Amino acid sequence: MAILDIFGTRNLLWTSTFRRFLSRDTLGTISIVVLCLFLFAAIFADVLAPFDPLKTSNDTFQYPSMHFLFGTDDLGRDVFSGVVHGSRSSLMFGVFVSLISGLIGVLVGATAAYAGGWIDDVLMRVTEFVLIPPRFFLALVVAALFGTSFFYLVIILSLTYWTTMARLVRAQVLSLKERPFVEAAKALGASPSRILLFHILPNAFPVIVTQIMLTVGSVILLQAALDFIGIGDARRISWGSMLHNGQHFIRDGWWIVVFPSLALALLVLALNILGDALNAALNPKSRTTTFSQNRAIARGYCIRCH
Amino acid sequence: MAVSISRKFISRLFGVRLVRRAVQAAILIFLLIVFNFFLIHIAPGDPVSYLAGQSGDEQYFALIRAKFGLDQPLLTQLRVYLLSVLRGDLGYSLSHQQPVISVIFGRVGSTLVLIFPAIIIASILGIVLGVESARKQNSMFDRAINVFALLGHSLPAFSIGLLLLLLFSLQLGLFPAQGMTSANSDLTGLAYLMDFILHLMLPCLTLVIVQLAQILRLTRTEMLNVLDEIYITAARAKGLGERRIIYAHALRGALIPVVTVIGSDLGMLLSGAVLVETVFGYPGVGRLMLDTIAARDYPVLLGLLLMTSVGVALANFVTDTIYPALDPRIE
Repeated sequence: MAILDIFGTRNLLWTSTFRRFLSRDTLGTISIVVLCLFLFAAIFADVLAPFDPLKTSNDTFQYPSMHFLFGTDDLGRDVFSGVVHGSRSSLMFGVFVSLISGLIGVLVGATAAYAGGWIDDVLMRVTEFVLIPPRFFLALVVAALFGTSFFYLVIILSLTYWTTMARLVRAQVLSLKERPFVEAAKALGASPSRILLFHILPNAFPVIVTQIMLTVGSVILLQAALDFIGIGDARRISWGSMLHNGQHFIRDGWWIVVFPSLALALLVLALNILGDALNAALNPKSRTTTFSQNRAIARGYCIRCH
Repeated sequence: MAVSISRKFISRLFGVRLVRRAVQAAILIFLLIVFNFFLIHIAPGDPVSYLAGQSGDEQYFALIRAKFGLDQPLLTQLRVYLLSVLRGDLGYSLSHQQPVISVIFGRVGSTLVLIFPAIIIASILGIVLGVESARKQNSMFDRAINVFALLGHSLPAFSIGLLLLLLFSLQLGLFPAQGMTSANSDLTGLAYLMDFILHLMLPCLTLVIVQLAQILRLTRTEMLNVLDEIYITAARAKGLGERRIIYAHALRGALIPVVTVIGSDLGMLLSGAVLVETVFGYPGVGRLMLDTIAARDYPVLLGLLLMTSVGVALANFVTDTIYPALDPRIE
């Protein structure tokens, strides 16, 4: 451990990445601020929202005003309060699924790369298989068969979202395990699991964090889509369910649809920009954005393999 | 040497690789059917309700039980299920009073009419705009393209659809808002076709925007990578024209990941189509899916999952077979 710190291999990538990021990337910094705002709204929704988002009133279809910032919907519910509360369900869902699927992905990817041989083969075939059924359809079917509880949806989406992480981590570990510091750790008699956990994975950490960030955005979009279809839990307020309801009243109140859409877009945009910016800071030379790289890796195409 | 060249040639021509890929695709499809089977058995409740629907009577349930061997051991059931799926028998939809397979095929057509123009327009526009913005990196044009791509990537399909609906249909009144054709109209011939195309415009445009954002960004980044390669410098040194360098040399190198994503995005495209069909009340597979969820018509639902999965597997297979034409280095 001490040797690693002398060489500075452990934290070099992380700190330099972060410094490069803050100094250069205005857009990335702005998106951090936006994210913090949404986080703040999600945590303090009960205090920030002027009304109960589910409470109906006689003020139906009110135009946006000082009193109702984003107007009211067909049942007189305050859209602004709904948007504030919606950020809670979106972020919670996104973060849960990304963390669980991230964990699965890291485990699978690291095991595959470190074990190699048939274990690697089997795990990668499994990864390919999981990529096939469209997530959205799978989630719809599972929701219809098992019910629409938060728990089931988190589980099923976590079980479909780990594949990209697995491939990224596998690629990282494959390249990291040939580095001299791993050899040094081996020479000191560290066990394989210790090398993997304390020496290799910390160096892959920035890649993992970036991927988790991008997954959050994608999960939030998928959850919103499910709620929009009307599959989600009707008692839980979310942007998707607001849009589901609002689409029928689009002639009477554009604000019922526009504001939740904007919130959704702004949050996902911030997550995507931040993910891209982190990645750019991570590989200053590469112009390939995380987005395209991950997509390509996710689809089994290896960018530099020939 | 001669032997190896001719072998290479033959393998390219008759596709040893193709056969291997076909076998892999077949195995995948087999596993997908098995997966569907286990989904039926893991789900809470009696498996018969997922094969027969919930609205049947006891007599009908008994019939289905006997047909799928539901009182037999699990492995026998799996064999029966596999065989019946391979014969194209996905069960019977009580809410439609039709076999599942014909219910699904009855709707696939109108979804394909929506998806195909979208994917073609998005691919062509995406590749051209991506190439041009990579060529003029950091120009105003490039920045505008980037903003558009980021927005398109961050907005969900249904939000884009709703916003387009709001703007073009309700505010400007340019396009009809709902359906595939005008209700109670007795248009025929060309007028009918025009009516149909007008209805198709907005849903199609929504899908184009969603797909365009993906293809555009990928093409741009791949082009930027390729333009750094030595063979582009070599082409420049030879004195080739800029247009030729970009489109004949660089684009070819950049196209493979783009084709991968276009080809393997069928799943995403179908999911997008479900949402867009919901927004515009377009009677395709997406609407069918929603109706079956509302009617708890599980056989159709599971059939749809299986069909879309198989569709994605086949699309991947097709993409794989196109590769060698794009890049001879790939074996």
